[in-house]
Amino acid sequence: MPSFDLSKVPLRDLNQALHDVSAGANETDFEVLNPRGAHAVAVGIDKPVRVDVKGNCGYYCAGMNAEATVTVHGSVGPGVAENMMSGTVVVKGDASQYAGATGHGGLLVIEGNASSRCGISMKGIDIVVKGNIGHMSAFMAQAGNLVVLGDAGDALGDSCYEARFFVRGKVESLGADCVKKKMKPKHLELLADLLKRAGITDVKPEEFTRYGSARQLYNFNIDNVDAY
Amino acid sequence: MCGIVGLFLKDKALEPKLGALLSEMLITMTDRGPDSAGIAIYGPSAKGSGKITVQSADPESDFKGLGAALSKKVGTDVSVDVRATHAVISLAAAKLDAARDALQELRPGVTVMGRGESVEIYKEVGLPKDVAERFGIGKMGGTHGIGHTRMATESAVTTFGAHPFSTGPDQCLVHNGSLSNHNNLRRELVKAGLRFETENDTEVAAAYLSHKLAEGQNLGAALESGLSDLDGFYTFVVGTKSGFGVLRDPIACKPAVMAETDEYVAFGSEYRALVGLPGIESARVWEPEPATVYFWEH
Repeated sequence: MPSFDLSKVPLRDLNQALHDVSAGANETDFEVLNPRGAHAVAVGIDKPVRVDVKGNCGYYCAGMNAEATVTVHGSVGPGVAENMMSGTVVVKGDASQYAGATGHGGLLVIEGNASSRCGISMKGIDIVVKGNIGHMSAFMAQAGNLVVLGDAGDALGDSCYEARFFVRGKVESLGADCVKKKMKPKHLELLADLLKRAGITDVKPEEFTRYGSARQLYNFNIDNVDAY
Repeated sequence: MCGIVGLFLKDKALEPKLGALLSEMLITMTDRGPDSAGIAIYGPSAKGSGKITVQSADPESDFKGLGAALSKKVGTDVSVDVRATHAVISLAAAKLDAARDALQELRPGVTVMGRGESVEIYKEVGLPKDVAERFGIGKMGGTHGIGHTRMATESAVTTFGAHPFSTGPDQCLVHNGSLSNHNNLRRELVKAGLRFETENDTEVAAAYLSHKLAEGQNLGAALESGLSDLDGFYTFVVGTKSGFGVLRDPIACKPAVMAETDEYVAFGSEYRALVGLPGIESARVWEPEPATVYFWEH
């Protein structure tokens, strides 16, 4: 298994090796040692590789990820999995601001807490946070699912569009146009699948409250959906 | 952008290493701001003695004979330790204010960087590595300290626009962010009798806290008041003679990471700044909450 000790080799070597992986390559498991808070670790991967990062990372870890599974055995700075397209990113520790921002797809799991602006402008990504999330999370969220096992800070889902938020704990306050919604069987089913994919087995979907857009702030009309 | 760091030691065994640890933290943050750098160190203090850190653009002529002249003027023993463009003047604590006034008369070209019983402040235009080397910060011991590497936004790139800002005895503050109501606030503080050396927004925040402390608030309460009176983006790290505080504005978009062990409390704009600290692997590491005052005291 290729191993990159970032205290010995430049970060560029790691990211280049990850970008150089060809379709159908045999060598698909990578290990990263001593990231020591470095920025942009394992960014821009577009092959189904597996990367294990042993330590804490800085800004934009696993950004723009497609297809890869990146696991950080530590905490991450701002912008983890920003603009992720597909694949999975797992953070064993905490995440700083704007985790999973603008993500189009894939699954981001944060086993600790995420701070402010988690899932800001999310566009299809699924985010599961085992701990709490901070203020202004899911601001202008457009699509995808944000699942929080702990509490949410101020102004959850401000000016959100069609993303869904499931919070198990308390919500400090809801942002403009974000409202509590009824949990229907299809949502329980969706949530059960998300929890399962995040490896969570001891929590039931019934324990969550669903939130989403009241659709008063933007001109949403289901009859016009074909026009977009 | 700016990079800020702070280190508050709980374990006396680490005290001789304070300067080395703090400068290493700041050097790691160099790419957050290459314009200027500064460090405040709270060093050992003898009972009843005080210090004034001064800066001069012409240190050779300004610091020559300064000790003798000042001693004569204020009537007490004075020693002057010259470090490049800065000098630390040591004298009886009771004579600090008199010495500050006398300095203005004796050496108009000299600027007071900080004063008090234990704080020493060194700051200049340039990179943290150069600033730390120039003043020998790496060899300094102490109980706590803060540092700043600046990307200038609100005022000029000069030595005086560098942080930390000290506006009261043994008080200092570093800031990542920008304030939007600093002009109004400066006018009000000037009316209340505070003196300003620069047009810098951060000096207003420092002076605001000094003013609140002078009114009798403790640092915790002063920082709480700041939350409603200071408008803009900020992560502040502040030092007092025996204390160390952190405050982020309610929006909290300026980054901050803290770590605590039995040996120390540390602050960095990024986790990278903390990786050289002893025992960081097992430290409690967390991101300070917005609009929440954090404060430690010896």
